[in-house]
Amino acid sequence: MYPENFRYTKEHEWVKVEGGTATIGITLHAQGELGDIVYVDLPKVGTKVEQGKTFGSVESVKAVSDIYSPVSGEVSSINEALNTTPEKLNSDPHGEAWLIQVKLSNPTEVDGLMKAADYQAYLGA
Amino acid sequence: MLESSALKVTPLNSLHRQMGAKMVDFGGWDMPVQYSGILDEHQTVRERVGLFDVSHMGEIEIRGPEALDLVNFVSTNNAAKLKIGQAHYAGLLYAHGGFVDDILVHKVADDHYFLCVNAGNQDKDFEHIVESNTFTATVENAGPRYAQIAVQGPRGLETLKKLTATDLAAIKYYHFADGEVSGAEARIARTGYTGEDGFEIYVSPDEAPRLWNELMEAGKEFGIKPAGLGARNTLRLESAMALYGHEIDATISPLEAGLNWIVKFDKGDFQGKAALESQRAAGITRTLAGFEMQGRGIGRDGYEIQIDGHKAGWVTSGGPAPTLGKNIGLCYLPVDKSAVGQVIQVMVRNQPVDAVVVPTPFYKRAK
Repeated sequence: MYPENFRYTKEHEWVKVEGGTATIGITLHAQGELGDIVYVDLPKVGTKVEQGKTFGSVESVKAVSDIYSPVSGEVSSINEALNTTPEKLNSDPHGEAWLIQVKLSNPTEVDGLMKAADYQAYLGA
Repeated sequence: MLESSALKVTPLNSLHRQMGAKMVDFGGWDMPVQYSGILDEHQTVRERVGLFDVSHMGEIEIRGPEALDLVNFVSTNNAAKLKIGQAHYAGLLYAHGGFVDDILVHKVADDHYFLCVNAGNQDKDFEHIVESNTFTATVENAGPRYAQIAVQGPRGLETLKKLTATDLAAIKYYHFADGEVSGAEARIARTGYTGEDGFEIYVSPDEAPRLWNELMEAGKEFGIKPAGLGARNTLRLESAMALYGHEIDATISPLEAGLNWIVKFDKGDFQGKAALESQRAAGITRTLAGFEMQGRGIGRDGYEIQIDGHKAGWVTSGGPAPTLGKNIGLCYLPVDKSAVGQVIQVMVRNQPVDAVVVPTPFYKRAK
């Protein structure tokens, strides 16, 4: 349910690092807590993001939730499809509905994040 | 997480959990916010039938030879116009003209009125009415004696019909009948908070779980689903119905809230009347208006509204309107800047996003 090659934050974001680039999204648990997602607000390509700082938001019918960046770097790509199909965040949060890609400025930051087993234990706590 | 044991529960609490509801603390009550999902539940109520547990709502009974005088003194509408078996919406006001609560008044008998009040306000309402009671009338805080189940949607009548001998079609909108639902004594009111046809059923808490299950069974062929507070809110917002603590509160008068129709100045004295008369004579400066987002973004409760770069008001309720496929909201605006077509900016996380004033209700069902 939670891919082994992702790392996770306490705020329920995931990050997948390939080379110097990180793909970031929200977890299956996060989408379940939010309920029907109707709107996604993402930064522009080129925006600097910082670990632990908010870079955008996801809105469900009920509420707005800030998204915190698991890593620092510069936004290299955003998932434009979510502008028109935000509901994909409910159906495929670990796959098709990634949020942004970031060119890492400090790749070692990832080491401090939870592995899948730790995250699942955290959810169970 | 709050300990649910610290919260008040309705008689249907364990059923909600069995049905997979997501529970939230709603004004001190442990209530279902959603089951299958807000959008799905919303659509179910608009197209078929949804079942709501609204047992957290309060009930206050006023009895006695001067029951009418007390009701008419504490509320803004004219209960003298009610026939037995009829109900209306009214404001319960402070002397300064702000809302203690908004309520439904049901006339049970010439000497008996039954009020349905908001969950979080019921003790405050009760004390307010008791303090105002200089009449030969008794006031009972009857909340614990009633559970309330709302059957809402176009197939609501057919669903409820299977369980009662009461002629439901004969109950007109904003009327009620006392009868039985599956053998349990029930007050069956054709009222609701969704903008759809439907019924609100007041029953003994002991009977509520059985009736809930029987209603779910009776509605199966019509596609009934349980619906939570999330859908209740999106449904009432599309219908532009006020929610206490949002559109109305102690600082807002019914004239500002666009509720002039529930204020009957010609019925004799009532609490708040003098203040409302002064306000009417001076003219109100702010008024409730509906808006539709034009730019990308959703106006949410409490967001500031600007016009030409200046603060002009605030959003009282805002969010997506599932039936309309738009992002809508209600807000307070200066009266001279509240006309349909007025362009406003909703401050969405400090960024102005264009919206336009539109007529309300946003959604009206085809009769």
